Amino acid sequence: MAAPASDKLILPRYRRDPEGTHPPLDSPGYRSTALRHPKEPLTVLPHLLTEVTGPLHGPGRLGEHDNDLTRQHDGEPIGQRIIVHGRLLDGDGRPIPDSLIEIWQANAAGRYRHTGDNWPGPLDPNFTGAGRTLTDAQGRYEFTTIQPGAYPWKNHDNAWRPAHIHFSVFGMAFTQRLVTQMYFPGDPLFFQDPIFNSVPDEKARQRMISKFDLGRTVDHWALAFEFDIVVRGREQTVFENDEEDE
Amino acid sequence: MSHAGSTPSQTVGPYLAIGLPWEDGPFVVPEGTPGAVWIRGAVTDGAGEPIPDALVETWQADPDGRFDHPDDPRGRVPGFRGFGRCPTGPDGSYRILTRLPGAVPGREGRMQAPHIDVSVFGRGMLHRVVTRIYFPENEDANAVDEVLNLVPEARRGTLIAARSEDGYRFDVRVQGEGETVFFDV
Ligand SMILES: [Fe+3]
Repeated sequence: MAAPASDKLILPRYRRDPEGTHPPLDSPGYRSTALRHPKEPLTVLPHLLTEVTGPLHGPGRLGEHDNDLTRQHDGEPIGQRIIVHGRLLDGDGRPIPDSLIEIWQANAAGRYRHTGDNWPGPLDPNFTGAGRTLTDAQGRYEFTTIQPGAYPWKNHDNAWRPAHIHFSVFGMAFTQRLVTQMYFPGDPLFFQDPIFNSVPDEKARQRMISKFDLGRTVDHWALAFEFDIVVRGREQTVFENDEEDE
Repeated sequence: MSHAGSTPSQTVGPYLAIGLPWEDGPFVVPEGTPGAVWIRGAVTDGAGEPIPDALVETWQADPDGRFDHPDDPRGRVPGFRGFGRCPTGPDGSYRILTRLPGAVPGREGRMQAPHIDVSVFGRGMLHRVVTRIYFPENEDANAVDEVLNLVPEARRGTLIAARSEDGYRFDVRVQGEGETVFFDV
């Protein structure tokens, strides 16, 4: 694209999410936020060139079994095999193609392969719990993995995290960078989990719960869950001096 | 037109090290690249203690102020990764090897001072926090930078890296005394 004749640059503009979509950084129910949230007010950052661009990671990041967490070792991991699939979309329903998605999770017993996790759940020598993939031209992604177990933590008396898979996505721009957690439908542990419940808006909270997907199960092989990830949408390209508030 | 709501942010939790670090993450440019500088610092909490389970990510223009991205209206310049990623160590430290960004156009034909956008993720952080690194030698450009000027003068210093032996030092104080300025993106 040629540089515009004027000294004004034409930039996409990303919509800010409505209040209640994301959790507040200060969330007393989740105790670790106490010393880890800024107390000073945040400064609203205009979306300038550095913010409307972002890293675009190509296929060079992917290894052979990065999207199949059940085939990363010599043996098969223990647990319920599941397919987790969905699309990476922006807020206008536009798919985001060729975009890196990274996941990590506990094993079937709810234990992470990490030196900091030492509750008495067994490790699985055949499960690392890390995966990566790129979305395709329609923004679709798919992982094969093991249903993660719930696990205890020390946040409050008899605290258990609902089963979840950690997701990291980049989208197209710095403004769209998102790390979230995918939950499973009908989990009986939601009510007592301050991380899940940190999201103020009830409808937004539901968007973190995957859907059971009978159509994508594989007979005698794997159950399936669908999880679409939506990052903020962008306005039509505008002359950026039209930019007003937001 | 109706918009689909975004998926909410959640914390990376204590075990991000399983999924997010890359071997070449801290190397925006390979070691030995002429003009490369180390940016080093520590991430600390409201008690001044190091945060040993955080992840620092950086995004920046190349030395000419260009991006390898289709939405740079001046045209995409391939070749410079622009992205760095480093988990913090037991002492809260991180390091990024990069080349200094050039000045980048801002609004109304003005130039922004050279800067690097930074995201910090961590356990106990339900959402990333975002800040910017500026450089001390660009005094004049920093003085008129439109983003720096949105920040109360007394706190601007938290966004300016300090010179060090092999590059720069930029600490991130998440809360309390000398709290870093964070942005709502
Ligand atoms: Fe977790």
